[in-house]
Amino acid sequence: MTPDDATLTEAGLEPTHHGRILLIACGALAHEVLALKRLNHWDHLDLQCLPANLHLWPDRIPAAVEAAVEKHRDAYASVFVLYADCGTGGQLFEKCKKLGVEMLQGPHCYSFFEGNEDFAAKAETEFTAFYLTDFLVRQFDAFVWRPMGLDRHPELRDMYFGNYTKLVYQAQTDDPALDLKAQDCARRLGLAYERRLTGYGDLARELAVVAAG
Amino acid sequence: MAEDDIILSELSDDELVLQMHDDLYDGLKEEIEEGVGILLERGWTPYDVLTKALVAGMTIVGADFRDGILFVPEVLLAANAMKGGMFILKPLLAETGAPRMGKMVIGTVKGDIHDIGKNLVGMMMEGAGFEVLDLGINNSVEKYLAALESEQPDILGMSALLTTTMPYMKVVIDTLKEKGMREDYIVLVGGAPLNEEFSRAIGADAYCRDAAVAVETAKAFVARKHNQLGA
Ligand code: B12
Repeated sequence: MTPDDATLTEAGLEPTHHGRILLIACGALAHEVLALKRLNHWDHLDLQCLPANLHLWPDRIPAAVEAAVEKHRDAYASVFVLYADCGTGGQLFEKCKKLGVEMLQGPHCYSFFEGNEDFAAKAETEFTAFYLTDFLVRQFDAFVWRPMGLDRHPELRDMYFGNYTKLVYQAQTDDPALDLKAQDCARRLGLAYERRLTGYGDLARELAVVAAG
Repeated sequence: MAEDDIILSELSDDELVLQMHDDLYDGLKEEIEEGVGILLERGWTPYDVLTKALVAGMTIVGADFRDGILFVPEVLLAANAMKGGMFILKPLLAETGAPRMGKMVIGTVKGDIHDIGKNLVGMMMEGAGFEVLDLGINNSVEKYLAALESEQPDILGMSALLTTTMPYMKVVIDTLKEKGMREDYIVLVGGAPLNEEFSRAIGADAYCRDAAVAVETAKAFVARKHNQLGA
């Protein structure tokens, strides 16, 4: 069963306690990880999600991950952390090293969905893009619009986004309804729109390695 | 609402200053502009209005952001209100011989277009009496160097909010070293993903956690520099 997005944003998801390997993930990745699990019959992988809104306070991520690892590690053969650096400035990497667990490579999900190498290659020309993933398109109001205060103060929009030129929707799944919603997000932000079907990118590649391990 | 009933011009100086701290906290630009006008009419020096009403108020906002009580939009609104007040005060400050602390060139590094924190630092540095040249976002090493050469500031400030862009600060500092210019400037760096260890590793003079720390650090370094020159 897939939890609803509001819960994933605010509260996260508890593990089911079935499986040998525990994945500790950002709530923004729950749907994607569960989809990959189903698709590949990875029944030995269990999933726990931390609230996705930790992204707004990245300095809180390392301690939250540490607490989750400490709480559950004894019940599993191994633990893998499904976070990229996510703006912790290397602190999450250091924390995982200390805990003796591995984590995803790359700076953030926009990069690993695209593929870290491809994303880095685009960085020079695409730094004025604002990215949305499937999760963020669905949770645009809870994750972007409201935390940035745009519901109460629409006049702030151009102070946030004045230097941006386009919204790039990195689609994990081919869903016309999300495409329409993403277009509407671009309109609300006053940005041009581009859609790229990325699929699960490096998330799928790295998870396959974890699942085989 | 009770707020609406307060008539700023009827408050005593002390009450008005406290009210302006509240208004700044609530991001009320027009009220701040009005308050600045009233204090000036009452014979306050522009410098006193700036430091006692605006900077002191913004320091409270900064502390509450640091402590997780306020989030980004509140900071942005407060900064905007302060900007309104600064706009009135700036020309007057120069005329009235307000203290000059030194000069800073500040900008966000190449590939990064986060600028809220950088703008706030620039404004608080101005509030503390520094002359600030803001290079905006996405600055290449060439742009930083050109500004350093034409402006001859005391301080270079660099901001980065992305893990992918923070290493660029080292590119700038290494270039300064290559050109034998590194010792001519105090280099301050900041942005949420940075820390002191990183700042040391890239050869900056200091990492500043927030705008208040930036002001204190800048003042200390400039004083030291002047003492060295004087000795
Ligand atoms: C607001 C915000 C945005 C706004 C930016 C609007 C703007 N005009 O700046 C929007 C929504 C547009 C945005 C876009 C993006 N963002 Co953003 N953003 C943030 C957020 C939530 C807050 C940053 C902020 O403004 N804070 C408020 C100010 C006051 O604080 P501050 O910047 O830290 O500055 C203070 C100090 O650091 C210091 N300081 C700062 N600079 C300097 C400089 C000097 C010289 C000194 C002395 C001190 C100093 O003093 C300041 C004042 O106290 C952070 C998360 C976070 N909490 O940090 C993510 C965050 C930085 N963003 C992130 C990302 C990924 C992006 C995007 C790629 C997202 C996307 N969907 O496309 C784009 C980036 C595009 C680009 N090329 O730059 C990630 C970075 C992850 C990583 N690995 O690096 C973060 C960490 C969120 C996350 N966890 O995912 N973002």
